[in-house]
Amino acid sequence: MTIQANVPTSPTSANAGNGHQSKGHQGKGYQILQTARRQVLEDGIGLTQAQLEEILRLPDEALPAALELAHQVRLRHCGEDVEVEGIISIKTGGCPEDCHFCSQSGLFDSPVRGVWLDIPELVKAAKETAATGATEFCIVAAVRGPDIKLMNQIKFAIDRINEEVDINIACSLGMLTQRQVDQLAGWGVHRYNHNLETARSYFPKVVTTHTYEERLETCAMVKDAGMELCCGALIGMGESLEQRAELAAQLAALEPHEVPLNFLNPRPGTPLENQGIMDGKDALRAIAAFRLAMPRTVLRYAGGRELTLGDLGTRDGLLGGINAVIVGNYLTTLGRPATADLDLLVDLNMPIKELQKTL
Amino acid sequence: MKEVSTRSTTGNTAGSTTGSTATTTGNFCGHCGEASDGGDGPPSDVHQRCGERLAMEPPRYCGLCRRRMKVQVTPLGWTAECSRHGMFAS
Repeated sequence: MTIQANVPTSPTSANAGNGHQSKGHQGKGYQILQTARRQVLEDGIGLTQAQLEEILRLPDEALPAALELAHQVRLRHCGEDVEVEGIISIKTGGCPEDCHFCSQSGLFDSPVRGVWLDIPELVKAAKETAATGATEFCIVAAVRGPDIKLMNQIKFAIDRINEEVDINIACSLGMLTQRQVDQLAGWGVHRYNHNLETARSYFPKVVTTHTYEERLETCAMVKDAGMELCCGALIGMGESLEQRAELAAQLAALEPHEVPLNFLNPRPGTPLENQGIMDGKDALRAIAAFRLAMPRTVLRYAGGRELTLGDLGTRDGLLGGINAVIVGNYLTTLGRPATADLDLLVDLNMPIKELQKTL
Repeated sequence: MKEVSTRSTTGNTAGSTTGSTATTTGNFCGHCGEASDGGDGPPSDVHQRCGERLAMEPPRYCGLCRRRMKVQVTPLGWTAECSRHGMFAS
């Protein structure tokens, strides 16, 4: 069975007329793709914001060529391995921030109740995640930033997981102080997630309780402390194509180790609950664009892909620039069964990245 | 210590490969908390959509009493606890 999604046909057969004249074989005649081939594939230099806008405006007939090019870029600059990660919420709900997409904000009338996960359950989940072949386990908390209680819980969790499970530990705990950054680095957290979510120009439409600059400050401290920065995007929140290109360019400027790419899954009770699910082909264009913006970055499938892309689109994205996946469920919603993604990687002859302890 | 039962949930996952079998039986919809359709007739349009959503997310409301549940999602499963009716799990 397949998941119904917003991708009516595979991009490999997406040649339906849309008013554009055919330009070469599957769009290879488009100037921006020729430019990207030289600039990104051969020279390893990401596209600029203006160039990314051109990618995002490519007609459907050019989408297969854009995805194919993004796939070649990924293979040349990142290799064939796919990094697999599991994520878990140690503290769910009750967040004081107002990120308009998030069901965990305590400011919205969301059905999500506040709950803490105890450490034995966290260790159990880490073991289960490692058993899938995943090398990354990210502990997430719905907070503005961690307090002493949460930091103590994180320290305890890291120690217990390291005792029993061979897996890299990442954290996502909101905005950090320098002391907290240093503590996490010292405890062996090798990667820290803190998303930009959207373009600077659109951010005030999505979040009002903190600023873009505050997010950038945490990102900068994480990098300076030697942790890998995981800094992601959430697209489909009503931003324009120009703002989508702006976001990709702003992320590229940060030079994160990883970019998780989320697609809006409108959550009940949030301000974006009626936003609708973004078009699947636009999502695939965004995947290609983000890869062409960041040729060497780990580009990870994250939340919302099941709704936006479905099974077929998931495959297309893995052949269009994606080189990492979140396996299994997300923080409050469910993902594809882990076996579905792992089987797909086998089908695509894409090996899972092996564990390398970096700290 | 409160005794907690573990209940299975019944399926409503046609057309999906996602992991939940998450429609709690009872009088209320696990997704929206409103009264369920009941009986053997086809589900209303509203709850048909709820059923589709429950294939991709855990139930938030107890199907038996409509209480909001404490839900914990892990990479390979989920649990949902009703203060009255105990634990539901994937």
